[in-house]
Order: sequence, then structure tokens, then C-alpha cells
Amino acid sequence: MVAGLLLGGFYAAVSLGVSLIFGLLDIANIAQPAFVILGSYAAYVMNRSFGLDAILTGLLFTPVFYVLGAVVYRLYYESFERRGEESLRGLVFFFGVLFIIEVSLSLKYGVDYRLVEAAYIGKSIDLGGVGIAFRLLVPCLVGLAMTLALHLFLSRTFYGRAVMAVSQDRLALRLMGADPVRIKTIAFGVGIAAASLAGALLITIAPVVPSTDRDYIGRMFAITVLGGMGSIAGTLVAAVILGVAESLMSTFFGPSWSLAVSFGILLVALAVRPAGLLGR
Amino acid sequence: MARSTRTLLVGLAVVGAGILLAALRVNPYVYFAGYVILQYVVIATAWNILGGYAGYVNFGTPAFFALGAYTAVFLIQSTRAPLPVLILAGGLVSGLLGLGIGYLTLRLRGVFFSIATLALSIVLQTMIINWEYVGGSRGLSVIRPSGPPFGSYVTFLFAVMVLLSVVAVTVARFIERSWVGRGLAALRDNEEAAECMGVPTLRLKLFATTVSGVLLGVAGAPFPYYVTFVEPTSAFNLDYAVNALAMPMIGGTTSWVGPVIGAVLLGTAQQLATVTISSEMNLFIVGVVLVAFVVLAPEGIVGLVRRVRGR
Amino acid sequence: MAPALLEVDGLTKRFGGFTALNGVSLDVTPGERFGLIGPNGSGKTTLINCVSGALPADGGRIRFEGRDITAVPAHRRTRLGIVRSFQIPKPFTSMTVAQNLAIPLEYAAGARSDGADVAAEAMEILSTIGLESKAHTRPAGLTQIEMRKLELARAMAAKPKLLISDEAMAGLSSAEIDDILAILFRLNERGITIIMIEHIMRAVMRFSERIVVLDAGERIAEGTPDAIVRNPVVEKAYLGE
Repeated sequence: MVAGLLLGGFYAAVSLGVSLIFGLLDIANIAQPAFVILGSYAAYVMNRSFGLDAILTGLLFTPVFYVLGAVVYRLYYESFERRGEESLRGLVFFFGVLFIIEVSLSLKYGVDYRLVEAAYIGKSIDLGGVGIAFRLLVPCLVGLAMTLALHLFLSRTFYGRAVMAVSQDRLALRLMGADPVRIKTIAFGVGIAAASLAGALLITIAPVVPSTDRDYIGRMFAITVLGGMGSIAGTLVAAVILGVAESLMSTFFGPSWSLAVSFGILLVALAVRPAGLLGR
Repeated sequence: MARSTRTLLVGLAVVGAGILLAALRVNPYVYFAGYVILQYVVIATAWNILGGYAGYVNFGTPAFFALGAYTAVFLIQSTRAPLPVLILAGGLVSGLLGLGIGYLTLRLRGVFFSIATLALSIVLQTMIINWEYVGGSRGLSVIRPSGPPFGSYVTFLFAVMVLLSVVAVTVARFIERSWVGRGLAALRDNEEAAECMGVPTLRLKLFATTVSGVLLGVAGAPFPYYVTFVEPTSAFNLDYAVNALAMPMIGGTTSWVGPVIGAVLLGTAQQLATVTISSEMNLFIVGVVLVAFVVLAPEGIVGLVRRVRGR
Repeated sequence: MAPALLEVDGLTKRFGGFTALNGVSLDVTPGERFGLIGPNGSGKTTLINCVSGALPADGGRIRFEGRDITAVPAHRRTRLGIVRSFQIPKPFTSMTVAQNLAIPLEYAAGARSDGADVAAEAMEILSTIGLESKAHTRPAGLTQIEMRKLELARAMAAKPKLLISDEAMAGLSSAEIDDILAILFRLNERGITIIMIEHIMRAVMRFSERIVVLDAGERIAEGTPDAIVRNPVVEKAYLGE
């Protein structure tokens, strides 16, 4: 139960990028989990070569990922969005990107599990009789911090408010004097930058292989849809629900069922309530 | 009438040529690789009926394929049913799943539909992993029946796959040229307008998802006998999902020729790459080629050819 | 008064907590030119969506030629003869203009047998509307007015008894408006009943024999164009307090 709550904080971190890109910008970036895994491998390489802390690496790499995201969005925009063909072919495009990232990683690093080392990974603290592993606690706290940061970005800064405007009303955006494509590029960059940090958290929690991204496609989209497409608070709530559901399922039925939970929830959420938990 | 006779003759000729090739007993690897390529012809064609004609992108191809394969495994385990029964049953079960997916389109369009199909694939895989009777996560050995009608069992399966691809392509071609195909194209362009112009969109979508499901299941049913060892990871391989959409995208989605061209080109390239380089490298190539085509040549090879001819 | 072609009886439609239509009733007689007006958000488009079958009604009944069609799916209503055009044109983008018309000809008007017949009929409709030179163009290559004409031509190909024209003139020049009006008058002379939803008062007033005004999901007035213009309730709805 506690593990599930902690897992939820981490899932929120993983899903923020999708919430932003898919929920608010309406861009079906199903390659997001691949970017997260890319973040994991960046953390792995830095940790192995320079002994750098994984989460610190994740933070340091956010500018790199931001630029990567901006470039991918520009390509997407020029090839699909501007021609008005985004839905179908855009989806296939991101599917291809996902595949390229995954296969590139397995070409470079093979299909063995990779992990990072840090002083806190093996330790745990005792809170009222419940042992809490730092391995889970730290990612959860960082995840919560990321959620808060993104919330502040969207509600307090000019660009953040412009992103909200893009999702709701193009006219309002023009009145603010902002260029929608530029705003979307920034938002997409931020979403991918979040993946860098989320990837670092992921490899702190558990070892990673290139194909780990597949497990997260369902989780991310389940959380985003359940959370109400772009609502940051909703994302957090949905992430915690999913985390708890998965760890309960795993305790009672065995770990092989836990993945099915997220996809099962996703299917039900899609079929019954496309507007999400806290949806309109 | 004359045209359909010609189609029939062409189809029969292809089947005949396939059987002849099977009887020639060239290098066994040719049949082994040829089976995979033909299997992709069926898969790509089936995917395209829903994805290309109706515009609903299915990421859950592995679910339908594996459902066909596991239906066969179940029947082999329980009754040792003959191959034609396996194929029919695999098609039937996958077709029912397709019908179910069709009802999803009532509420889910575009991206949401695609994500739901992906989710479906994972849920189904989890169920199979936890079903010991068909091998669970460890997999199951399947013993081929002794004495195929001709040649070795692999050449026989190769001939069966020739027949199945001819059937699949004929079905796709028939749909494309009939009023059903025109109605699907209308709903692909604009579902609301299509419904308002008298197109029974729900019925057509159910038809497309079901036919697509049947053909994918049919492609999967002989799979246990081909590999002789079935386990979830290979049956639910994501490669099927990528190839199923990459092949039509590369060939061209609006015509039955597109998926065939795509499957033959990409399938052959992959078979060669797997032997000469590595299987990861071949998947990498698929990814790059796929992205290159959607960005640079959205109409696929068929579209490129048409554009060149048009000028 | 002749028996009604379309009877809408106490139609109600809610979106969550918002009531878009509240017990709206109206009759349209065969051959009539009927105008439907109201401020933005008054429920006009919702009403059409319910009549054409795009949205299910939450309450009330809809009858066409005396038959209850409240539960009939949209494509069947089209075949019965209720055809609408869209405010924002929704052409089939992958098809040529002529092929756009072939869809309703084949699906709604039942010309399923021979390809040549469909093509000839499509050309005939295009020539009455002045679009025959664009028959083999894709919609992406059309101008704004041509797009509106395609929308109307496609509706004509469905062989309507009742044509619902949803703001077919928004954003057009005054010469172009006259052009569209002339087409609608011609269709009406051929016996097609027409419901016109329009913001351009000059056009609705000239075209309609009878007008119903909606405001905030309720029917607030009905009458001839002259009576509507002089109706103080209508004036208040449009101008506010």
C-alpha cells in the first residue's frame, strides 16, 4: 500500500510529459516512453563513466532533451501538422520514432538489464513500523517536486499560460501576442525534458532494458486519460490510483498481472469516461 | 463478369505457381523465409483493410495474430484438429475480437482507438502468460502432424500460406472496388459527413474490423506448426504491430497493391538483414524507413509511381 | 394548412448540466421555405443535429412524413429524405468533386447498380450548380464559395425531400450570397422543402416564408419575416436588455 503510494508519485513524474504533450497540445506522442528510457540510459552512462548521481544527471540532461524535443516537434510540425495530416500519419510517425529509439539503444547497449549505483539505493528508513526504501522514496519526492514545478510553470509564467491558451482557445492566444507554433515547440521541449528526469528516476527504482518503454505506454496514457487530459492535479491523482492498484494486484495475484492493471484501467477509462476522473 | 473470371484465373495461377515451387524442393531456407514474407502479406493486407481503407490505426495487430495462433495451440492440445480446422477457428475467434473492437469505435476515434488496441494487446498477452494450459509464460512445444500431403511440412505450410495470401489479397481487392470500399473511404475522410450522406458508418466499421480480425487470425493459426515452439513473447511480438503498419505505409494505403509491395520489399529485406547483419539492425532499418516514408512520401510507393506516371 | 412534412414535438437536449434545447416544437410543411434564426448559442445547430440524427434527443419526438423517426439512425434519415449541409464544409478530401457526389448517389439515393449512371448524374448536378468545370479536382483545390457549392451539391445528390442548410453563406461576399440564394430558390421550385439557418438577416428574410426564432434553447417567436422584424421579443433577444 505504501509502496503503491510511492510508486504513484513516480508514475506522476513519468506521465507529466504525456499529460503536457498529449493532454494539452493534443499531439499523440506515443514515443514519450522511449524518451524516458533514453533518459535512463543517459543516467546509466554518466553513472558508469563518471560516477555521477542518476537524478543529478537527469537534471543536467534536461536542456539536451529540451532541444531534442524542440527538434522532433519542428519535424512533426513541418511534415504533418502544417499539412493538416497530423492524426493518422503523425501517429505512425511517433510509433516509428519509438521504435528507432528502442532499437538504437539495444544496438548500442544490448538487451541486458542496466542499473545505476548510488549511496541511498540500498537504504531505507523506518516510519512508524513501515520500512520505506529510499530507492522508492527519492523518486517519489522528485516526482512530486516535478509535478509542483510543472504546475507553477503552467499557472505562473507567461509561457505556461500561453500553453494553456493553446489547448483552449487560439484566439485568446493571438490576443496575448504569442505564436502558437513557438509555444507548442516550447511545451513539447518541456515535455521531453521531463522525460529525461523521469528516466533517471526509473533507473533508480529498477534496472532497465531498451524494451521497458513498452510497459510504460499503457501506464502513461492510462494516467493521462484517467487524469482528465492535461490536468496536472488529475495526473497526480490518477498516478497514485494506478500505483496503488498495481501494487495491490502484484501482492495478491503475482507480478505478472500488475501490467495488465494499467492497460485494463486504460481500456475501461477510455470506454466509459473519455473525459477522465477530474474531467470536464 | 469477365474481370472477375480473370481475377480468379490470376489467383489460381499464383496458387499453382506456389505449389509448383513447393514441389521443386529448392533450398529449404527459401520456403522458411518465404513463409514469413507471405505471412506478412496477409498481415499487412488485413491491417490495411481497417487502417488504410477505414482510417482506424490498429496497434494491436499482435493480439489478433497471437489469438489465431493460440486458438490453434488450444485445439492442437485438446483435439489435435487438422490444419484447415485450426485456420478456420483461428479466423473465427480473431474475427469475434475484431467485432468487439468495432464496437469500441462507437466511442473511440483516432488516437484513442489506437491506444486502446495497444492496451488490448498487452491485456491479452497477460492472460495468455497466466494460462498454463497453452504453455503460460514458458511456452509450449507443438509436434507437427506426421505425413504432410506433399513435400516436407515446411514446404506444405509455405503452400498453405500462398493460398491464404491470395485469399487475403482477393478479399481486400474486392472490398476496395465495391461500394463498401467507397463507403469506407468516405468515413475515413469524414465520418460525420459520411453518416449524413447515407453511409451506414457503424455497419461498415464493424465489417472492416471483423474482416481485418479474421484475416489476422488466419495468418496466425499455422504459426504453431511453423515454429513448433510457441511462447507469448514471440507470438505477441511488437514487430508484428510495426510491420503491419509499416508495410502498407511504405507500399501505399489506398490500394490493395500497396501492402503487397510493402510486405514483399520489407519482408525480403528483413529476411536478408537477419541472416547477413543482425535482427536488431533489421528492425532499426524498418523504423527508419517507416519514418522516412511517412515524412517524405505519405502516399507510399504506389503514390510515387502514380505521380511519376502522371507527369 | 397541409399536413406537416417534419414535426418536432417538445424536443429537449442536455449536455451535462447545460440545457441546449428545452421543449422546442415546430412544424415544417411540404414545399415550404422555412427560416430558423437566433443568437449564437441559442440551440439552432443542436436542433439540426437532433433532427438529422447526429445527436440523440433526451426528450420529445421527431416525425417525418407522419412517421416517428426519433430513434432512427442518421444515415437512415438521410435515405428517408432529410439531408443537411454543414456550416463548416466537410468534403471527402481524398476524392474528386464528382466522387464526393457519388457517395450520396450510391448510398442515399440508391443508385447502386452502374458506375456510368452515377458519374452522369453527378455531372448533371454539378452543372446545375455551376461546378462542372471542377468535377475532377480535389476539394483542397477549391475556393471558399466553390466549397460551399460542393457542400450543397453533395446534399442535392442525396435526393432530399427536406434540405437543411446550416449557415451556407457565412463569410461570403454579397454577390456570392445571391448566387447561393438563387440555387436554393431553384431547388425549392423543384419541390424540395428547405430549412435555412442563417445569421445573415438579409438572406433569411428574403428567402423564408415563415421564421422561427430560438433563444437560449427555447422557441420565442414564429411568423412571417415582416412580423419577426417588428417583434419586440426578438429584438430584445438579439440586442439584450
